[in-house]
Amino acid sequence: MSTMTDDTSRDAESWAKPVTQLHIGDVPEGATNINVDGRRLTSPIQGFGKMWQKTYTVAIPSALVSPSELIATWKARFPEFWPAGNRFYGPLTGIAPGDVALLSMTLPGRMKLSTGVMVLYADERSFTLMTPQGHMFAGWITFSAEQVADQTLAQAQVLMRASDPIYEIGLALGGHRQEDVFWVRTLSNLAAAFEHEGAVETSAVCVDRRRQWSRWRNVWQSAAIRTTVYTVSAPARRLRRRG
Amino acid sequence: MNEPATAAGVREVAPGVCVIDISGDVTAASEQVLVSAYTVATERGAHAIVLSFTGLEYMNSGGIGLLVMLLVRAQRKRQRVLAYGLSEHYRQIFELTRLDEAVGIHDSEAAALKVAGMKG
Repeated sequence: MSTMTDDTSRDAESWAKPVTQLHIGDVPEGATNINVDGRRLTSPIQGFGKMWQKTYTVAIPSALVSPSELIATWKARFPEFWPAGNRFYGPLTGIAPGDVALLSMTLPGRMKLSTGVMVLYADERSFTLMTPQGHMFAGWITFSAEQVADQTLAQAQVLMRASDPIYEIGLALGGHRQEDVFWVRTLSNLAAAFEHEGAVETSAVCVDRRRQWSRWRNVWQSAAIRTTVYTVSAPARRLRRRG
Repeated sequence: MNEPATAAGVREVAPGVCVIDISGDVTAASEQVLVSAYTVATERGAHAIVLSFTGLEYMNSGGIGLLVMLLVRAQRKRQRVLAYGLSEHYRQIFELTRLDEAVGIHDSEAAALKVAGMKG
């Protein structure tokens, strides 16, 4: 890791410090750190599948919450808004640039997936999580809020490619739908925190229909495969520890 | 949506090579300005697009996302994208987001133009 040498930019404090590999310190109870430590971050450029920009928006009356209040709440209570069956093991202090969080996700077929994210950027109006190698998708999610007329618009916007061919197939076979449900529920839960029941609007744009076949080898990093192997081999590990 | 505080002028420095001078703030609100500049460069037949960031004052993650989208458009048209004028801070952000693996980053316009296929 190196340090910023030019931190006079207005945004300097909002960006994570440069890292070549992710590192997790203490692993929270219940979390699994098999797919994060030592992994590199991946942007959509490093992904395999079609590139998508998916946007989820909910409007909340600004009389209930301002954009900066909404983002402050979202950052402080981020894990609370996730749908049941999924866990975000982030720092108790909330979301800050450079933080690395472990995730436990439920995939179709009740398959479990352990992965993580890093907070790439965070300011008063937005924050962005970027994925590591092996995550379902290569890219980032930006959470933001802005005032439009008398509404505070809360938005989650995903810019991503499926990381490898297996995830790409999974997205086509219901993964996209499951992701839509995930973020719609998250935004509904966020709105409910301000005692508002708002309809979540969803849009998906295929930014690039081409698949990056040169990236098929990303499959070797697949968190889904590694989590499955880890789960299946748990009894053998327990036996070895006893012996 | 707030008014974008971005400016992007297009200079055709040689046949097939255009420089887009980006100044001000680059955020998600800069989309129209940057896409317009890219379209002008493309209509002038650019096979290489050099992004000048010497006037860049501020960029958030929305701005980085916009650059990725611009890169995809360029790749689709088989255009090469290069950049120069990034401060150390923004160079590190390009490295962090691994945008530097797809955009050739150079110290000066002359160096970028040399790689783009013309003498600086």
